[in-house]
Amino acid sequence: MFDLTGKTALITGATGGIGGAIATALHARGATVALSGTRVEKLEELAASLGERAFVTPANLSDADSVAALIPAAEQAMGQVDILVNNAGLTRDTLAMRMKDEDWDAVLRVNLTSSFQLARACLKGMMKRRHGRIISITSIVGVTGNPGQCNYAASKAGLIGMSKSLAAEVASRGITVNCVAPGFIATAMTEVLPDAQKEKLNAGIPMGRMGSSDDIASAVVYLSSDEAGYVTGQTLHVNGGMAMI
Amino acid sequence: MSDVADRVKKIVIEHLGVEEAKVAENSSFIDDLGADSLDTVELVMAFEEEFGVEIPDDAAEKILTVQDAISFIEAANAG
Repeated sequence: MFDLTGKTALITGATGGIGGAIATALHARGATVALSGTRVEKLEELAASLGERAFVTPANLSDADSVAALIPAAEQAMGQVDILVNNAGLTRDTLAMRMKDEDWDAVLRVNLTSSFQLARACLKGMMKRRHGRIISITSIVGVTGNPGQCNYAASKAGLIGMSKSLAAEVASRGITVNCVAPGFIATAMTEVLPDAQKEKLNAGIPMGRMGSSDDIASAVVYLSSDEAGYVTGQTLHVNGGMAMI
Repeated sequence: MSDVADRVKKIVIEHLGVEEAKVAENSSFIDDLGADSLDTVELVMAFEEEFGVEIPDDAAEKILTVQDAISFIEAANAG
């Protein structure tokens, strides 16, 4: 089950903890991967650790030309893109009253607009092949909201709405479009929190602990697989029961 | 019948899975041949590939019948 041999996957934000775990998991299931991100050295390190079937296709998703060049670059490296994982994202957290237009625009552009543009660019090939997987990493806050994250939450809710609409458009062509919504995931960022604060966070999670990047990667592997071919327009929440929606 | 018309009809028949007899020059993809909007996008992609022409979005929106497609391609090839 969940064999991805012969499939090709483009992962954006592959230098991050979750993106790296997704790339590693898809690769371990047999997929050829194209790793995208802004930090070329880190991408090359990851590609080297994966060995064969790993390509580096850097892109700055806040730059329109760079977004437009990414799918062609991935297609040139791998022949085609069967699986697109929109994982890249950034935050510019601040209270709404202090949020500048630039903070809003920057987050929406990278998290939402570039994801749509990449999905659109993949569709032609996917429609011809009657197969494709478009998976966007959204967030629990896209559904629940979170103070200080108007821009981020809007971008993540936007991914869910976009995915549902796109899913309805292309379902008849064998293409599925889904989201994975992480809750609290242990990363370098949460690592530095004081223990007392970690305990407080964990108390709000029925599982009593934060999730790992691998928990997210496993959900992406499932949605990428042939076995998930009848699942589309869905958001798979991976959050230890923190929000049951 | 021109070569372009034959090839256009062949693509339409294959893609939409309709009988050859049903496909006339004035057939509308959506109204007469049962295409949905995504089918029309795919037909345009297939025409582009078959004839090596680029059909911009605003022109594609006006290609509603078999004849529209033939006319566009013949004009593009002539230019």
